[in-house]
Amino acid sequence: MGRYVARRLLQMIPVFIGTTLLIFLMVYTLPGDPVRGLFGDKGADPATLAAMRHQLGLDQPILVQYWEYMKGIVLHFDFGTQIASGRPVTDVLGDAFPVTLRLAGMAFVIEIVLGLGLGMAAGLRAGRLTDNVVLVLTLLIISIPVFVLGFIVKSVFAFELGWIAPNVSNDATWGELVAPAIVLGSLSLAYVARLTRTTMAENLRSDYMRTAVAKGLPRRRIVGVHLMRNSLIPVITFLGTDLGALMGGAVVTEGLFNVKGIGGTIFESIVRREGTTLVGLVTVLVLVYLFMSLLVDLLYAVLDPRIRYA
Amino acid sequence: MPDLTKTAPVPDETKAPVADPSAVVKADKARSLWGDAWQDLRRNWYFVISAGLIVILLLITAFPGLFTSASPTTGDLVNHFLGKPELSKIGSPEWFGYDGQGRSVYARVIYGTRASVIVGVAVTLAVTLFGGLIGMLSGYFGGWIDALLSGFTNIFLGLPFLLGAMVVLQAFTDRSIWVVVFALAFLGWTQIARVMRGAVITIKQSDFVQAARALGASTPRILFRHILPNVMAPVIVVATISLGVYISAEATLSYLGLGLASPTVSWGMDISGGSAQIRVAQHILIYPSIMLSITVLAFIMLGEAVRNALDPKTR
Repeated sequence: MGRYVARRLLQMIPVFIGTTLLIFLMVYTLPGDPVRGLFGDKGADPATLAAMRHQLGLDQPILVQYWEYMKGIVLHFDFGTQIASGRPVTDVLGDAFPVTLRLAGMAFVIEIVLGLGLGMAAGLRAGRLTDNVVLVLTLLIISIPVFVLGFIVKSVFAFELGWIAPNVSNDATWGELVAPAIVLGSLSLAYVARLTRTTMAENLRSDYMRTAVAKGLPRRRIVGVHLMRNSLIPVITFLGTDLGALMGGAVVTEGLFNVKGIGGTIFESIVRREGTTLVGLVTVLVLVYLFMSLLVDLLYAVLDPRIRYA
Repeated sequence: MPDLTKTAPVPDETKAPVADPSAVVKADKARSLWGDAWQDLRRNWYFVISAGLIVILLLITAFPGLFTSASPTTGDLVNHFLGKPELSKIGSPEWFGYDGQGRSVYARVIYGTRASVIVGVAVTLAVTLFGGLIGMLSGYFGGWIDALLSGFTNIFLGLPFLLGAMVVLQAFTDRSIWVVVFALAFLGWTQIARVMRGAVITIKQSDFVQAARALGASTPRILFRHILPNVMAPVIVVATISLGVYISAEATLSYLGLGLASPTVSWGMDISGGSAQIRVAQHILIYPSIMLSITVLAFIMLGEAVRNALDPKTR
């Protein structure tokens, strides 16, 4: 087990370097200039611009910049400085990240509870009314883009019924985040429900299920232990990559409900060509993604004893 | 929006329709996978509905002038924005009301179809060709080629889809339909590559591939004449479903102001514009949203129907 984890961690290094280098290249080959942007329409004299670029290290070749940047992250946990505000990116992250983590975490819990619940309800009654209702419902959810769903939720629950405030306050309390979290998690919820439903309906027909029934085990145990344990693997695979996707996809939901999370920060840094901030934020998202996929692989062994990591 | 292309295999849902007895008799005659799939599709109401919708959408894409006489880009300020939708006047410019600049919302909904459908189809073609090629080479040759190409795929897979597309799009000042297609395809090809790689690895051990090799067939011939037709099914399924997902992604990017730009008419941009008037003139927001959702729904339903027809497990 320990050796497996160590090997996986080593394998992550090239992927991590590749992904961060890719985003770095993409950001730094963008036209436009964050330094010039600081001075607005009037502009500044070329010597000042050159001096500032030199100070920020922007006059170095790209690969040198990348090397310096990664050295900063690994050695000093230094993600660089936001050019416009002069704040360290770690500060900016520290403000925005907890909010997004709370939002994505809530969406994730909603997705697991409702998605698994609906999927089980449908899978155990495959072909009957419940099943068809769940299938049509989830198909509709998948078809409605997130921002449209956000507007529906906002106009029904905020404007018509007045149950929620249309915008989340700066504190972003748990209660305020419920509606945004439902909107953010809805698409994945539908996928989880469908995935659970299909694997359960398939496994219901398997030999071990017949054996379990024939042994006279109580239904709770058959479904809860034998069926669930075997049906969860594809669902776990999906869920594992989804937490990172939820955080990256929060751009739209955060904009809709005015949540001050990393989505807004990312959007702003793309528009302003704030390379360092953007690369820092994406680096964190990539780390979350890599960590979650490792966790998923380890969970496989827990769920299925046939999978062993020597 | 959760990462759109990383849709885990969406479960199959419609039950395979029960074949009527006459069909079973006819089926005794050996049919190819595709012939079989076609028989299956014709009886699937998911397929019938989605194919009908898609034919209409393609007609609108090709000939928007057939559906409305109004222009989507010129407006008359006399009709300034509160023109209430007149739902009885089907097909007339005032059907869905007017927007802030006095342009007919109905005409904009009709002309907006083109951008969405073209982006969806073009991105799907591009990712299928590129991802399919990468996946095929990686699966067939294995060894260091596989290690290299899979590593390459994993690097792109680690990037958040929407964020990556936003960064790519920001690099272009003049964002036409083809720029959006490039941005989505640039990040979207990984899923097809993985599906293709898996399918090729399974099929390359088959006897018929060995036989072709023993007969001295060249590598391109083995790849394109023997392997390709046998790995098409899973690739087509993933491609059809992701078509709807790309349409949704384009709308999201345009909604954020990073996708298509005026004068191209796009539902995403119109929804974004309408969101500012959500309290006073909801029709500007509602109709493009409905049309967008129906379009995505049509393509996703088609993908599901095709999967059920091609997946032998559902028979």
